[in-house]
Amino acid sequence: MSAYPDAERKPRMGFFTDTTVCIGCKACEVACKEWNLVPEDGYDWLGQSYDNSGELSANTWRHVAFIEQDKPLKLDAGDFAAADAEPEPLRWLMESDVCKHCTHAGCLDVCPTGSLFRTEFGTVVVQEDICNGCGYCVPACPFGVLDKRHLPRRPDDAPLSLPLLGKKEDGRVWKCTLCYDRLKGGHEPACAKACPTDSIQFGELDELRERAEQRLAKLEAENWNGPRLYGHDAEDGVGGFGAFFLLLDEPEVYGLPPDPVVPTRHLPRLWKSTALAAAALTLGLVAAFAGGAE
Amino acid sequence: MKPSVTGVGTTMGSYYGRPIVKEPTWQPEIPFYLFTGGLAGASSVLHGVARLTGNERLAKSALYVGAAADVVSPVLLVSDLGRPERFLNMLRVFKVTSPMSVGSWILVVSGGASNAAAVLELWGKLPRLKALAELASFVSGPPLATYTGALLANTAIPVWSEARDELPWLFGASAAATAGAAAAIATPTEFAAPARRAAIGGAIAELGLLKAMERKLGFVGEVYERGEAGRYAKISKTCVAAGAGLLALAGRRSRTATVAGSALVLAGELALRWSVFKAGFQSARDPRYTVIPQKERKRRREAS
Repeated sequence: MSAYPDAERKPRMGFFTDTTVCIGCKACEVACKEWNLVPEDGYDWLGQSYDNSGELSANTWRHVAFIEQDKPLKLDAGDFAAADAEPEPLRWLMESDVCKHCTHAGCLDVCPTGSLFRTEFGTVVVQEDICNGCGYCVPACPFGVLDKRHLPRRPDDAPLSLPLLGKKEDGRVWKCTLCYDRLKGGHEPACAKACPTDSIQFGELDELRERAEQRLAKLEAENWNGPRLYGHDAEDGVGGFGAFFLLLDEPEVYGLPPDPVVPTRHLPRLWKSTALAAAALTLGLVAAFAGGAE
Repeated sequence: MKPSVTGVGTTMGSYYGRPIVKEPTWQPEIPFYLFTGGLAGASSVLHGVARLTGNERLAKSALYVGAAADVVSPVLLVSDLGRPERFLNMLRVFKVTSPMSVGSWILVVSGGASNAAAVLELWGKLPRLKALAELASFVSGPPLATYTGALLANTAIPVWSEARDELPWLFGASAAATAGAAAAIATPTEFAAPARRAAIGGAIAELGLLKAMERKLGFVGEVYERGEAGRYAKISKTCVAAGAGLLALAGRRSRTATVAGSALVLAGELALRWSVFKAGFQSARDPRYTVIPQKERKRRREAS
């Protein structure tokens, strides 16, 4: 972010996704696809509650997770129940997942072409005219957000050219841009605009963090079962998320890593180890010449 | 809920057992490149030392083997790209945070130098330029052989990332064994002793490092005993041990034993690269390998 001169730098923008008010309508998934012209990725029935998109991918930049649990939503019966009622035995969790736009972004660090870059809003975006589809960002993301785009092929499509001479399918990686084009025009991202319950809140990150703390305190006071913020801490393994969450269970229940760390955090040590191994290789091969040619 | 394999009686939540990190999108070109890159890098060193010690016969075979591997390597890498026609975008920037960026530049220098040296060797002219190319190839060879370890370790794939202290060394040792074995095949027996020793020494080091890596990885490393990674690991260990043994026992006397032993080492080292490659996919596929070590780390941090 420091790469931008003061005149161009903008406050860091992000999402606060409050899953406690998500109703699983998937308007965010649809609005994202429509605005960003994201292609279809097959019409599959996954048999996983109401989730049929499964995971974030090159063609799914907002993904709503559905979790059916034998757990009460609140630890007491709540405001509307009779005084002697038991807590509700079941709850249905829904969470709209998205690229985290990490402070220390593994994808951006490892991108060898400079295609991935940090915008003046502090978000992380792929430049599709630069990406050459090396795929390094795919395993470098601790959240499994990025993927190469595969397009379903139809019988009348032109045959794929030889691998060395042209592109294979689309070939590039795609992910959420936090609607960089809309932000440039002073609009909020399509998913946040479409969200009917304000589960997806867009704004300046500092302000969102304050709002999240207040919301968490309220839920705790109301005896909700397991509310916690995920990704709001600037001291965590990726330096805090630009898009963080309020969850009602452990992150892994939502398919999120419990303690994500940017791979490059270990890189200084890794480079040292690589250099030492290179030196050892040289010395080892020199030693192989001791004792002559026979 | 899947039962944990580390904690007794503990359970781990997951989202329908789906993976958390994505499997790499890399194709079979990549494990072959890990092999040819190592071969090219270590051959450059073998060539340089052979030249300095006056073993011209060995120097020449290592030079040609290395140059050939340096031609194949970029072809494999470009072929793996989703947009091969944009391969030059790799050289738009130099990023020390990206082992792939650093590696691309190393490969450009190393491949260019070793091929220039090979061409000048054949042509027999411009000896000074050839010496310069040989020096550049000698210096850039070792990092070419070990950076691929950093490339894999600098990801969120548990079985690669947790092996960050071992992978560069493992790949370095494997490269020494590979280059030694290839040069031993391409060199008459009476000049090939250093190549044989490199193959045997590299093989022993590689087998030891593999053992150390598996021990350190613990639960995360169990993918090396399962599925394709397990099969390749078994093939690799058998071939490398048999090949190194054959070279040590009969390599000095018998040309047949040298060729057979070296071929076994080469096959075993190729299988090693495939085993490590496949282990990464298996490690990404099962969310337990992502979640359990992270929860453990978090628990330890919160306890202290």
